[in-house]
Amino acid sequence: MPETRFTTDHEWVRLDGATATVGITDHAQGQLGDIVFVELPQPGREVAAGEACAVVESVKAASDVFAPLAGRVTEMNAALADDPALANRAAEGEGWFFRMTVADPAAFETLLDATAYAKLTEEA
Amino acid sequence: MPIEILTDEPPLPPRATPLAALHERLGARMVPFAGWMLPVQYPAGIIAEHRHTRAAASLFDVSHMGQVTLAGPGAAAALQALTVGDITGLRPGRQRYTLLTNEAGGIIDDLMVARLGEALHLVVNAARTEADLGHLRGCLPDDVALTHHEDRALLALQGPRAAEALARIAPEAAQLRFMQVAEMTVAGAGLRVTRSGYTGEDGFELSVPHDAAERIAALLLDQPEVKPAGLGARDSLRLEAGLPLYGHDIDEITTPVEAGLTWTIGKQRRVAWDFPGSAAIRDQLDNGAPRLRVGLVVEGRSPARAGCVLVAADGTSAGTVTSGTFAPTREACIAMAYLRRDLAADGTEVFAMLRGKPVPARVVPLPFVPHRYPR
Repeated sequence: MPETRFTTDHEWVRLDGATATVGITDHAQGQLGDIVFVELPQPGREVAAGEACAVVESVKAASDVFAPLAGRVTEMNAALADDPALANRAAEGEGWFFRMTVADPAAFETLLDATAYAKLTEEA
Repeated sequence: MPIEILTDEPPLPPRATPLAALHERLGARMVPFAGWMLPVQYPAGIIAEHRHTRAAASLFDVSHMGQVTLAGPGAAAALQALTVGDITGLRPGRQRYTLLTNEAGGIIDDLMVARLGEALHLVVNAARTEADLGHLRGCLPDDVALTHHEDRALLALQGPRAAEALARIAPEAAQLRFMQVAEMTVAGAGLRVTRSGYTGEDGFELSVPHDAAERIAALLLDQPEVKPAGLGARDSLRLEAGLPLYGHDIDEITTPVEAGLTWTIGKQRRVAWDFPGSAAIRDQLDNGAPRLRVGLVVEGRSPARAGCVLVAADGTSAGTVTSGTFAPTREACIAMAYLRRDLAADGTEVFAMLRGKPVPARVVPLPFVPHRYPR
């Protein structure tokens, strides 16, 4: 099972070779509340690390989702278009947002590991 | 450069309502709102809480609302002088929605006024309480005593099954008709109950002494129909019901005509034109207001929220969204907005600029969801 890492902006990243799957964390979905809409980046889009590339709308607010690593988007999760609440029910699984080919897989190591992310959310 | 408001006083920490411990036990997510810590949602979530309110009954802690009593023989005349309503014509036992206006016709606050004997019991917006108190104190004659009830909580029980739930613990309250008020003793506590609310449903608001608030709330939550609901559901419910939120949909520079609240102007007041701002408001009634509050249904699933810019089909500026959300009952994105008068007719298409993209939005009649008040 590939390792999952996290950003301080509450995205998760799972790296398999050079392909990263990206979503929002369970903590993030809990804070957002009921998600009613997700806007995803088109496949082919080049994104920089930290670039706003998706939007998640909950009943309460709109939030940007940032690319955790630089690379090219290859796939978006079509299931979220019909069922945005999937990102609430299965934030760190079936509710993933997009996949990308990362430019520098080694940069993955700079992201937070599960322990560091858990600490971050506890402090919040 | 941003304008900074300098003040010598540090900002006050948000105040807790008497139900803070109960909210914590119920797993609420608390947020600061208008100087108070209030539950935005419980574990069920905003959409589930919204739907439960429309299907059964929900209990809301609205203790942040300001509760003010005006007492004395001149109370009704004094409040009448500051509002657009027929307050002197309000009979004992009845409640009315009214507006405090300024000389320019702008809305200082919207409020509920209930009359018991010669006393008027006001429920005003939390964020406007201090402003209202200052305004009232500066205008009231000496024979009218003002009391700000900081020792009372306010609970709202809302939904089509609210009456049957309340009947088990306060049979007298369940006998009230819509927009009536009564005082009663419930579980040893002196309550003032109105049959009214902010959801478009049947419901009640219960003014409760602090020391009894948790006991009364627990009794209500023990009823099988009743679940807790937070500010998030309160906002989406009132939006569907087309009810304006002060500070978003109405404020000191919107008039009752622009806001679609001309129905609050009493018949006698339209003869006498003796309320604050009556000249400006009369001019708008005669000649039309430049902009009007409307309801919009926005295409797609991405809500147009407060501040969203609206553009007409010909590319000209059309107005601004003042509040918007995904509406669980309509299963669509809805918004309230101010639109240029020539664009405000039902069916008109405008465009909401969402993240730089124009998204079609259509003017629809308010409310979005029909009111279901008891007759």
